[in-house]
Amino acid sequence: MAAIKRIKVGTASCGIAAGAGQVFDALKNAATDVPVIGVGCFGHCYAEPIVEVECEDGTSVFYSKVKPEDAAGILNLTEEGRFSIPARRAELEKTLVTRLAGKINPIDMQEYIANGGFESMKKAFAMTPEQVVDEVKKAGLRGRGGAGFPTGMKWSFLAAKQVPEKVLICNADEGDPGAFMDRSMMESVPFQMMEGMLIGAYATGATKLFIYCRAEYPLAIKHLSIAIDAMKEANLHMLPGREKPLEIIIKEGAGAFVCGEETAMIHSLEGKRGTPRFRPPFPTDSGWNTLPTAINNVETFCNIAPLFSIGADAFAAIGTEKGKGTKIFALAGDVKNPGLTEVPMGTTLAEVVYEIGGAEPGTVKAVQTGGPSGGCIPADKFDTKIDYDTLGALGAIMGSGGLIVIGNNRCMVETARYFLSFTQRESCGKCTFCRVGTTRMYEALQRITEGKGTEADIAFLEDIGPKIKKGALCGLGQTAPNPALSTLRYFRNEYEEHVRDHVCSAHICSALTDIKVDTDKCVKCGLCMRTCPVGAIQKTDVFTVDNAKCSKCNSCIEICPKKAISRVNKGEGFNSSL
Amino acid sequence: MSEDFSYLPEAGSEKGDLIRGLQLVQSREGYVSDDAIRAAAKHFGVPVAEVEGVLTFYAQFKRTKPGKNKICICDGTACHIKGSTQVASWLEAELGIGDGQTTEDGIFSLETVACLGCCSLAPVMSINGKVYGKLDRKGLTKILNEYRKLG
Repeated sequence: MAAIKRIKVGTASCGIAAGAGQVFDALKNAATDVPVIGVGCFGHCYAEPIVEVECEDGTSVFYSKVKPEDAAGILNLTEEGRFSIPARRAELEKTLVTRLAGKINPIDMQEYIANGGFESMKKAFAMTPEQVVDEVKKAGLRGRGGAGFPTGMKWSFLAAKQVPEKVLICNADEGDPGAFMDRSMMESVPFQMMEGMLIGAYATGATKLFIYCRAEYPLAIKHLSIAIDAMKEANLHMLPGREKPLEIIIKEGAGAFVCGEETAMIHSLEGKRGTPRFRPPFPTDSGWNTLPTAINNVETFCNIAPLFSIGADAFAAIGTEKGKGTKIFALAGDVKNPGLTEVPMGTTLAEVVYEIGGAEPGTVKAVQTGGPSGGCIPADKFDTKIDYDTLGALGAIMGSGGLIVIGNNRCMVETARYFLSFTQRESCGKCTFCRVGTTRMYEALQRITEGKGTEADIAFLEDIGPKIKKGALCGLGQTAPNPALSTLRYFRNEYEEHVRDHVCSAHICSALTDIKVDTDKCVKCGLCMRTCPVGAIQKTDVFTVDNAKCSKCNSCIEICPKKAISRVNKGEGFNSSL
Repeated sequence: MSEDFSYLPEAGSEKGDLIRGLQLVQSREGYVSDDAIRAAAKHFGVPVAEVEGVLTFYAQFKRTKPGKNKICICDGTACHIKGSTQVASWLEAELGIGDGQTTEDGIFSLETVACLGCCSLAPVMSINGKVYGKLDRKGLTKILNEYRKLG
């Protein structure tokens, strides 16, 4: 047996929520002579808590779903509970940007340096700022926040401004529900992101750096603060040829989705309401406190160091013609293996959903990309190679990388309703089309899911959607109709079934659903009756759910040990008022 | 609790620090009271109406005192399709309160949030920032009982 060098426990937010904290403590207590350290996210969230045992001979043994009581076994390198990345997944993935995520202590600068950290910065600083911008242009890196604007071009706009003070902002306001790439990167490799920002500051001449991070990510903020302090200590914020050190400030967002839009974010950083404004002037002309400002996303900055490490040509060789490099996706929803996955652009949706995510072909009806701004892509289009343009052509967007897999047992109308409830709530109210339009769309979708919708509601959605896209000022409004329009495009039959037949065949829409006990399966244990919060279950000679009283909370379905209770079409269950 | 909000300078003094100042108040007091708004207006040199305008724009800020244990139900996409609506209705049934409300005994308050970023564990909720994942009906009751015991 190889001697153990050290033990690593994945302690990013996902790991901690899965119980990594207790595992860490147990290992720390059990391991008297080997160091136990916390590392970031390794991407395989489905297997958390994950422990990696590094051996002296350079090999590593991984354990998944570790419990505190497994500590002793792990120290003996037991065969039990070992974990390896599925071979096919390893083949499809390309860990360029996430190379160090989950591999190193996130807040130890020396370890980052020992693993090649700040080498890219040295390379970049040996060039002129113009050459750095050109290198990023040559690599073909496009913004990873969603819109895909060429990063090098954005930097060149800022670099061209001849003023003493310029601002560079990192957009870490990952507000898309269903996306957690940026959180994971900030928690796992804060130094890598900051290295990208320093190179950006050098290239553009920025003097002030902001990191605008959601307040919901306390661990990310903590790790970034530690990283920034360590870098200041090492004088890294003093860029070559500068007289004054960079000002680096972390600002916490306060819970407004629209602040992911660049002009709204700038307003928020100025201490104002986060409403977007008309462009021009573009932020690179007049941004934070009227200073020239550029905003890039977390993943974009995380791409910079790897880009300079392998060089622009090698970077541009990865991916497709219009999408260079890799993309990190946050895979969640109806898949076996949710987590983070970094794949080259041009990987197909099928490869991501079935081979990496482990979803069974045939059980999935769509994926949702791009969050509330994105759209649903049906399973028969899964051979699409992922890049900015191909997803756009399907009515979705690349977005920041949230990829939610929607199983056959989900309702697409309800999914659209959900997204519109989000956008109408988050609409800042500045533009009438967005403020009123998204609310009207939401109401129409609400009516349809409640079984009160008509054909006119469907026609209305199709009419108003494109008008909102045209009439709204910012990215939020311009993309808000996408979830409804894309589901209408590919799943129109579900809408029609709701309005025409008053049926939700997925049995998700509660107003179109009854709850029924299968008397053949029922063993009359009475658990359901005791659990029901509204007293809708009664016992005669069998158990019956009275749908007139039932609140459709699913408690009985969850609790039934025999899976005898299920959702059925409205009218097929018992109803005392009929 | 500090009635005079004398800690506000810790957040800075420029207009751009207003949000940070309000966040500081909320982390200390649990919510932002009328008095806090007046104190912030004076400290940052902005009209009371503007402070209120900024405050009401952002979902994070609370104008009423929250319960001892703050439950956040995640209604992000992954949680939503994994049944966060059910989780919300279970919680409402267990606690007898709705979104944004506090129980009479002041032990729990309930809030729906957009995404806690733990999508792979959906459906999730957090209590005082601690995340609980893969919720089911039984697990939920167990978790709540733990907090009830603590009072």
